[in-house]
Amino acid sequence: MSPSNLAATNQTVASRRPPPGSETEGGGDASAGASTPLVEIDDLHVSFAQHDGLVQAVRGVTFHVDAGESLGIVGESGSGKSVSCMAVLRLLQSPPARIEAQTLQIGGVSVMRAGKAQLSDIRGRLAAMVFQDPMTAFDPVFTIGQQIVETIRAHRSTSKAAARQEAHDLLARVEIRNPDAVLNSYPHQLSGGMLQRAMIAMALSCRPAVLFADEPTTALDVTVQAQILQLIKELQDDLKMGLVMITHDLGVIAETVDRVIVMYGGKVMEQARVEDIFDDPRHPYTIALMESMPGQEGGRRRLREIPGGSPNPVNPPTGCPFHPRCPQADSQCVSEEPAFAEIGPGRQAACWRVH
Amino acid sequence: MSTADTQVDQAAPPALELKGLGKSFRLKKGGFFRPGYVELKAVRDVDLTVPKNAIVGLVGESGSGKTTTGIMALRLIEPTTGEIWLNGENITALEAGELKRHRRKMQVVFQDSYSALDPMFTLAQIVAEPLHIHGIGSAAEQTDLALDWLERVGLHRSFGNRYPHELSGGQRQRVAIARALILKPDVLIADEPTSALDVSVKAQIINLLQDLQEDMGLSILFISHDLSVVRSLTDTVVVMFNGRIVEQAPTEAIFTDSRHPYTRSLLDAIPVLNPRHRRARTFRSRDELEADNPQIASGDLPDGPAPSDQPRLVSVAPGHRVEAVVTQ
Repeated sequence: MSPSNLAATNQTVASRRPPPGSETEGGGDASAGASTPLVEIDDLHVSFAQHDGLVQAVRGVTFHVDAGESLGIVGESGSGKSVSCMAVLRLLQSPPARIEAQTLQIGGVSVMRAGKAQLSDIRGRLAAMVFQDPMTAFDPVFTIGQQIVETIRAHRSTSKAAARQEAHDLLARVEIRNPDAVLNSYPHQLSGGMLQRAMIAMALSCRPAVLFADEPTTALDVTVQAQILQLIKELQDDLKMGLVMITHDLGVIAETVDRVIVMYGGKVMEQARVEDIFDDPRHPYTIALMESMPGQEGGRRRLREIPGGSPNPVNPPTGCPFHPRCPQADSQCVSEEPAFAEIGPGRQAACWRVH
Repeated sequence: MSTADTQVDQAAPPALELKGLGKSFRLKKGGFFRPGYVELKAVRDVDLTVPKNAIVGLVGESGSGKTTTGIMALRLIEPTTGEIWLNGENITALEAGELKRHRRKMQVVFQDSYSALDPMFTLAQIVAEPLHIHGIGSAAEQTDLALDWLERVGLHRSFGNRYPHELSGGQRQRVAIARALILKPDVLIADEPTSALDVSVKAQIINLLQDLQEDMGLSILFISHDLSVVRSLTDTVVVMFNGRIVEQAPTEAIFTDSRHPYTRSLLDAIPVLNPRHRRARTFRSRDELEADNPQIASGDLPDGPAPSDQPRLVSVAPGHRVEAVVTQ
């Protein structure tokens, strides 16, 4: 399969989208202007009812992804970065999950209102996801080939032979050197890096307009990580695919994306172009995150640490969620929640000290 | 620590010394009707020294043998060849009772703090258990010391009554460190203790290890695949590849003057924290490295195995040794 083929499919996807404004209730996106963004999330709240109270995993998250654009979502565990993306793909079982949003769309289709058939069309053809642990993402009792063929045929009516040929090409596309052997392999026979390549091949099999990659390299060795990141970046460029890279590693962000949102305590703290985030981080949490990265300078040294721990999602802090750990916090930060406001061209932050 | 200290320490025996350590596993091969075995050399001829009061980083990818080396040093599995010396004493062949006495001097922290802590025990019980095992102090004294240690690793004394599942990953790792250090060991073997942690918490644990190392004069063997962490924490780095040491050097020399192609490919793979310097990568994967350089993959010289009278690692600078095959 050639890249141009995939790009063509993406245009089909684009043309399937309803004209702007027809689905969205008012609130058009400033940056998009003419076309609806590929992924649009406005004021998303996700909570889970548990025995010890309501876990508020996502508390008012707004972001979008344009066609062909790469967005990085960085945050620590519990920041709500994965849950936000699972919500937009409707991968959260409800109940226990409670999802509320002004807008929750992929390709102009509201996933909140979508039926089963429509959802299955969204997942796969419009959006696909690659998870952290490829070993648990594959079914251990089927070969890689069977699983990719099944995915292709679930979404498109092709013959088994044609689907298998396509699977072969996909594996070659993700730089697997012996696709035939891998097609006939069971997941346990492959290394982590190899499996993650196969996972990416499967995610690409329905030519998605946007790929969600949730910590795709966290479980892998450094050299394999470097290769997989490079592969994802190349595929995204070649296929003009949207990319959402979810990670806690700023290094991964620096290597792969155009635009970044920084999440903390279920909220978005800062949004900017990737160069701006690294040249001039503005939110105190972003700054602290940058400074705590080890190995930036030579010599054995103490690192700048962020004191304290993540906020309790059952009983989140008042005001700014970062205030208990923030060196610049004052009484206003404790009592009032800062708005997510414009702080420069194309960048926003939620912080009283920055506004 | 300064180089002057290193020289002073060389007079005293090193805290931990591994001499020609090797481990082979026999793996089943072939089918039901044609049973057979193949020998997997997980670790080959490892010479490694952890000087007193130093942190040595042991780096490599999964399968490089770094964890096997660590657990052999603890004598949790038995080496096939070689010797383990602790404070100048050979502990390779010690019997259980004798070994237990020495284990007080060498403790371990693992990567997965969740499976390393017994879910049925309170944190006070977990941290006090080594005292209990070695029969140190009364029950009340043990609990008291355990609570002191919880405090020392940055947890409140009230955590003593809590259970592991109530804690975050970073907090659990603090408990594991408290348990490891309560016996005041000379050597701590830390196997990827920060790999499962978030960046901000990782920094906390690294700082904690630095502080404790300095306070207690600990010697630490820090096993990790994360070169960034290793750069901030260690004095010396040992690089393992396919079960062998391929390079070892003072930490900064590894980062500024590495000689072995595998070390270079590891360094090259570290993400650069600058989006303006995304490189067209020049690094080669381990597979490619092995395919292009079969002699590096096998550790043999191009014309067959290294002669036994020749050192496998050659010195290229003070404290900097590289596998001989590369310099040929």
